[in-house]
Amino acid sequence: MEFRTRDGVAKVLNGVSYHVSAGETLAVLGESGSGKSVTAQTIMGILDMPPAFITKGSIKFRGEDLLTQTADERREVRGEGIAMIFQDALSALNPVFTVGFQIEEQLKVRRGMSKADARKRAVELLDQVKIPNAKGRVSDYPHQFSGGMRQRAMIAMSLALDPELLIADEPTTALDVTVQAQIMDLLAEIQKERDMGMILITHDLGVVADVADRISVMYAGRIVEHADVYELFRAPGHPYTESLLESLPRLDLKGQELKTIKGLPPSLTNIPPGCPFNPRCPRVFDRCVSEVPAVHNLGMGRTSRCHIAEEVVARG
Amino acid sequence: MGRYVLRRLLQLIPVFLGTTFLIYALVWAIPQDPFAGKCGQRPCDPAYIAEMSQKLNLNDPLLVQYFKYLGNLVTGDFGTTFNGVSVGEQIATSWPITLKMGIIALIIEAIIGITAGILTGLRKQGFLDNLVLVSTLFLISLPVFVTGFVLRLYLGPQGFDFMDTSVSSDPTIGELILPGFVLGSLSMAYVARLTRSSIVENRRTDYVRTAIAKGQPQTRVVGIHLLRNSLIPVITFLGTDLGGLMGGAIVTEGVFNINGIGGLIFRGIQEKEGIMVTGIVTLLVLVYLLASLLVDLLYAVLDPRIRYE
Repeated sequence: MEFRTRDGVAKVLNGVSYHVSAGETLAVLGESGSGKSVTAQTIMGILDMPPAFITKGSIKFRGEDLLTQTADERREVRGEGIAMIFQDALSALNPVFTVGFQIEEQLKVRRGMSKADARKRAVELLDQVKIPNAKGRVSDYPHQFSGGMRQRAMIAMSLALDPELLIADEPTTALDVTVQAQIMDLLAEIQKERDMGMILITHDLGVVADVADRISVMYAGRIVEHADVYELFRAPGHPYTESLLESLPRLDLKGQELKTIKGLPPSLTNIPPGCPFNPRCPRVFDRCVSEVPAVHNLGMGRTSRCHIAEEVVARG
Repeated sequence: MGRYVLRRLLQLIPVFLGTTFLIYALVWAIPQDPFAGKCGQRPCDPAYIAEMSQKLNLNDPLLVQYFKYLGNLVTGDFGTTFNGVSVGEQIATSWPITLKMGIIALIIEAIIGITAGILTGLRKQGFLDNLVLVSTLFLISLPVFVTGFVLRLYLGPQGFDFMDTSVSSDPTIGELILPGFVLGSLSMAYVARLTRSSIVENRRTDYVRTAIAKGQPQTRVVGIHLLRNSLIPVITFLGTDLGGLMGGAIVTEGVFNINGIGGLIFRGIQEKEGIMVTGIVTLLVLVYLLASLLVDLLYAVLDPRIRYE
């Protein structure tokens, strides 16, 4: 996956590969600009092409490669097979239509439901995402909802066509902490109820620990580590993940200065040779600068793209 | 919503009074004898001056004059000119023609302008986009009377004989299409550019992305989600433009020899027929005010975020 811009070609995604099964939650973790949202938008097929180009790869959904499908076939998959919710529900909902309209639209256009049936179903959906007085609020506009309620409405809309996979792109980033927890609980509950696969994109390790089954850590457009959530927190297999965990505030180290990762993530038009993390890596050695690390298999489905992955994981 | 409309209607009253008083004062406060040159070479007969001054309330203070005029206006009496021609009758014959032409101009500029704006806004760059950009720039830089004369000459019998460009004294809608096009051409260019930039701005918004992610068909993504938001500024422009078109008709009517209020007001100013000028301008103010009220109401319908409680 590349973005061809005037400033050069940005290799946004490189060898990213993951899979999600029904009823499972995969968290994609990474800093801003690591390519986690772009991956999701590539799966949805909602990137503008150009400037985006998919040079090679495949996206398999129900065994079929989405990239070989026609535009219409892909459109059919959106909403029905894979649905997506976004970070900022206020801007993601159309300001000039009622919340009800935006949910009913899916049911009417995609399912051919009658107006009355669609309205009934929209109220049901709003009820499912625990919006109080759903019947009264269905004809409200997005700006009349609070932040948390808007994200709930957004979730209700994404569930309208009973998708098998839900991609949540930083669904709680724009919300305050108490509401964040409520939304995450709601997502977890809905997912369980519907046995739906979920890709949760986030930069928040705390959110990940609660909800995810497996984690893919992304850095500079690659997956640097992939592991079971428990395993990853117990013993990170990549120096980047290690640094991320160390930068978490900890109650037992109260009063001490918070550790941070030095430097900035690389520009995607100019990824350093060798391992992209080498300029910031505390364990850097000469091979890191010259050689791109291969995927190291650490057993039990764990992988890490680090020359010394075994050493890193053993330390934990 | 009802209270909002009522409040807006009430707001019209002071605006109407203020603007019409200003016009009245400006027209009648010309520091010149209103009877100068009215009776050919000789000075006017004192009896005539006395009669007309009485009729036009010229001996009263300005404010009293104005309210007397306003009182007559309310009863539908626009007064008579110095030659005894009824202003009301003149307006009644000319007004529908100009109004018809203005509405034709508005429809043409809306249809062509918005269509061009949408098409170019959706695929930025490329032949069509450049074509529209250049042609709108061309229209904006050309004075309306040039566009008018050129189209009239080249499309008419003396040019390519494409159509009959003359306009009769009681014109049909067909005859007014070309003048309407000329009248609306400048605004059409602005509408096209406004729509284009509005579409370009909104097509990258999150809610458009959401509509695509929902798997809505392209026609709905553009026709419903994108357009509804993008047209809000365009509608505002079109609404206020109706008033502008009425005033702008003066040039177009001159070029096409149309017997509309443009010509009437032009002759009124030339012949210092104050009562004619005030009558017509008052009417124009009224149209403008009603059009902007309509825009405000439409605005509230289109964008729920600004609805008044």
